This record gives sequence, C-alpha cells and structure tokens, in this order.
Amino acid sequence: MNNATYISIFYIFAAITVFSAAFVVFSKNVIYSAFALLFTFFGVAALYVFLSADFIAVTQIVVYVGGILVLLLFGVMFTNSIMQADLKSDVLHVVPGTLLLVATVGGLLFTFYTTGTWKPSDVQLHGSVVERIGIETMSRYVLPFEMASILLLAVLIGAAFLARYDKVRNNEQ
Amino acid sequence: MELITNIGLNHFLTISALLFGFGLFAVMTRKNAIVILMGVELILNAANINFLAFSKFNGGMEGVMFSLFVIVLAAAEAAIALAIVINIYKIFRSVDVSSIDTMKE
Repeated sequence: MNNATYISIFYIFAAITVFSAAFVVFSKNVIYSAFALLFTFFGVAALYVFLSADFIAVTQIVVYVGGILVLLLFGVMFTNSIMQADLKSDVLHVVPGTLLLVATVGGLLFTFYTTGTWKPSDVQLHGSVVERIGIETMSRYVLPFEMASILLLAVLIGAAFLARYDKVRNNEQ
Repeated sequence: MELITNIGLNHFLTISALLFGFGLFAVMTRKNAIVILMGVELILNAANINFLAFSKFNGGMEGVMFSLFVIVLAAAEAAIALAIVINIYKIFRSVDVSSIDTMKE
C-alpha cells in the first residue's frame, strides 16, 4: 500500500468518525443518534488499526457495536413508547454548551499544535499486538485482569437486580 | 503540506479532542438520559484514542492494556447506567433528566 492510499484512507475514516459523532450530538432524533453512533464506533475501530492496535479494534467492534450499542438501542426502545411518533430529545443550556465545546476543543487543539512538541520514540509499535497483549495480561496486568472479572460479575448481578421485574411494586398498584 | 500528509500524533489528538468536545456537549445539553450516555461513550472513545496514540508513538504496551480495561469498564458502565435509566423510567414515566427532581417517591 503506497503512502497516498494510506493517507486518504486515514482521512476518510477520520471524517466518518468526526461527522457521525457530530450527528450523534446534534441530531434531535434518538434513534438517528444511536445509528450514527454505530458509524462512530466503526470509525474509531478503524483508527485503532492505524495505531497498530488490531486486537483493540476487534474488541471495540465486539464490545461497543455488539454490546453497548445494542444495550443503548434497548434503552431507547424501553423508555419511549412505540406509539409515540417522534422520539425527540430536547436540549437545554445550548449557549453555555456551545461555548464549552468551542473552548474545550479550541484550547486542546491550541495546546497540541503550539506548546506540544511531541518527540516520537525510536521504537514504535509495529504489526500485530495480540501476542504482546497476551503476555502482558498474564504477567504485569494479571491483577487488574482478575479484578475486571470480579467487577463484571458484580455488574452482571447488579444490573439484573436493578432492572428486574418488580413484583412487590406491581402488586401495590 | 507535510503537516497534512505525515500522519502523526497530532492527527489522532485532533480527532480525539473533537470527539471529547462533542461528548461533553451531549452530556451538557441533552435532556434524554440515553443520549447523555452516548455522550459518555464518545468521551471514553476519545480517551481510548489518546491512550493508543501515545502508546503507538512511545512504543510501549501501557496504553494498549489500559484502553482494553477502559473498554471493559465502559461495558460495565453502560449496563448499570441503562438499568438505572430503566428504573427511572418505571418511576417517573420519563427519561428527561431535567424533570427528575425528587429523591423519594
């Protein structure tokens, strides 16, 4: 793959990511937001491939698109009645929000491009990181790995407990 | 011209700054709790891009491992947050965060 193709593919995925993220935020329809988020997640996964983190890209697609996005769509469907024609989402504090958006992005970009003179290391990540992730997970990061499993078990129980069908409340009504 | 054609750290930092700004905007301005959660996911993705970009150009594995754990925590956060949102909907019949103003039924 020559350099021009590489650069143009990067810019295509960057544009998909940024514009669909903007659509998520500025769209009035919740369903449109959820489906635009799909493109954002895929674009971010493609950017992860550019950062030679292929395993993270696949995890992003499996967990975010296959899990979190489906959960969010379930949430949209649960919390809006089907007969309701427009799933609108109102806005408030638009002016302070816009000011904050412009100030945050402007400040970050100004800092990156003026004061931040990054010196890339001589040794950069190349190729696949799958093998190195396996070695790191089982050596340096074995404690966080096990803690993540306990956390996920707790989350599983907690989410099922919180969202369960409440028999007592339904009998009272 | 070299700034545009030479894909470096600043390109990824720019994308991540934009995603972070959009996520912050969604969290701040939207009334629907689900869209606020989408904004939080955008912010987490922006952080992940930064982790991986610094990891790539630094040559270490710390950012890659950390972004993996961030994805795990994001999944956990989404599950719990949606359970809470569904409970809020059961009680208030709405997920409009500006109308939820009582702590006790």
